[in-house]
Amino acid sequence: MNILKLLDKLSDDKFFTKEASRLETITNLSSFGKKAAVAAVPLGLGAMMTTSVKAETTSNTTISSAVFKDALTDALQLALVLEYLEDEYYRMGLNKANLIPSADRTVFMQISKHETAHVAFLKSALTSLGQTPGAKPTFDFTAKGNFSPFDDYNQFLILAQAFEDTGVRAYKGQAGNVMSNKDVLTAALQIHSVEARHASQVRRMRANKGWIELSNGGNMPSATNAVYAGEENTNQAGFNTANAFGAAAGSAAYDEVLSGSDATAIASLFIA
Amino acid sequence: MKKTISVSNQGATLDTGRRNFLKLSGVGLALAGLALVGCNDDDLIMDNGSGNVFDLGKGDTGVLNYAYALEQLEADFYTKVVNNFYSGISSVEKELFTDLYHHEVIHRDFFKAAISGATSNVLPTLEFQYPGVNFNDRNSVLATAKALEDTGVAAYNGAGRYITNPDYLVIAGKIVSVEARHASAIRNLINPGSADFSGDDVINANGLDLAKEPKDIVAVAAGFIKTPFTWKERGIS
Repeated sequence: MNILKLLDKLSDDKFFTKEASRLETITNLSSFGKKAAVAAVPLGLGAMMTTSVKAETTSNTTISSAVFKDALTDALQLALVLEYLEDEYYRMGLNKANLIPSADRTVFMQISKHETAHVAFLKSALTSLGQTPGAKPTFDFTAKGNFSPFDDYNQFLILAQAFEDTGVRAYKGQAGNVMSNKDVLTAALQIHSVEARHASQVRRMRANKGWIELSNGGNMPSATNAVYAGEENTNQAGFNTANAFGAAAGSAAYDEVLSGSDATAIASLFIA
Repeated sequence: MKKTISVSNQGATLDTGRRNFLKLSGVGLALAGLALVGCNDDDLIMDNGSGNVFDLGKGDTGVLNYAYALEQLEADFYTKVVNNFYSGISSVEKELFTDLYHHEVIHRDFFKAAISGATSNVLPTLEFQYPGVNFNDRNSVLATAKALEDTGVAAYNGAGRYITNPDYLVIAGKIVSVEARHASAIRNLINPGSADFSGDDVINANGLDLAKEPKDIVAVAAGFIKTPFTWKERGIS
């Protein structure tokens, strides 16, 4: 599938609604797709807790599993785009003479190794689900001349931090889309936490904390605001996380989701 | 608030001398039918019909109580750390451990509120122990923090598949990435400049972090947890 068509499709709100209207009998369709990216839910979770597990089988299982599989494989295709981006970015950075100081090379070699592995893993996951993995896009890491990450190590670090923090949020935003396949969900969680380890390390190399307080990326250019917008949230399912120790701690204790369309928008800045 | 409790002396442990003898690990007393007024939930044993050992519950309740148990452990550990910082601690590390303490307490209190709002089967306050941990020694504290954070990541990653409500899955997702940020930072403090922040001891050849079954996590964490509990649905008894 053409990557740009896919990215457009994921940004198209109507995609999910169109499918939903065809499948009225599936009561839990709203649990998937965009709902996973919706923020705070009131703390009236009791009603959900006392009812039995909603049946995932319906009278129309063929159509339902096809729809769920689309949302699932689309999520993996999006993840693959982000991994292609990171993989190429670190490969180029490590290959640029005199860019990364020797004391920092071990860290970036480890990160690079993981991103390469993620690309391979996602491609094989998609293939085993009967999907052709999307082709690697042509990237422009200058974002049309706004950055020079391969000439300026500070900029290299800035974008590395942005990519890793974006990756954490983007994977999180897709959790609902992949939860229909428990093995895929588990693998997604296992990649997601690795990106978080990466993010923490790169942030700390830039003299930031490993976690995100409020919506402050930490000495980041305003062009990266979208990566951190929403991170200031201190309402988790109706619980005020700022109560105990203030908003910085409360917001840092939770990372926020990024919708597929928001993640796509950020990635698109770096696609030629 | 009135609560009727029935306490048997099954499962009594060496904690018989403890002041709060009505806790789960406490003395054997037969107090069937005793009505208590003005009590605090934390001081009582909730008898859910299987002796006096708490079961985490079924479905999503079980998973949330599981997360709550692990967050209780982390919060308890970091509370001890910040109440008595190891000698020679730098201001950077003081700030870092204070942040970890804040986050884990927030996580713990979140789960307590969320679960309490949804069910009466809320895990009580557990008691912990730290055999072999020297809170006055930097290496000991860092090593223990690393173990706890890595365990937290593996636990959440392994529990995701058992969550049925997507809103809970998102909540768990929002927390696990922060635990991974913690783990990375601690590992980097232990061995700066190395690959340990995201080391080959936890990340495999596919670039995947650990994901462990609840019973494997509980087996590992059991050394720190004095209060017994079960999670029969996940094979933990």
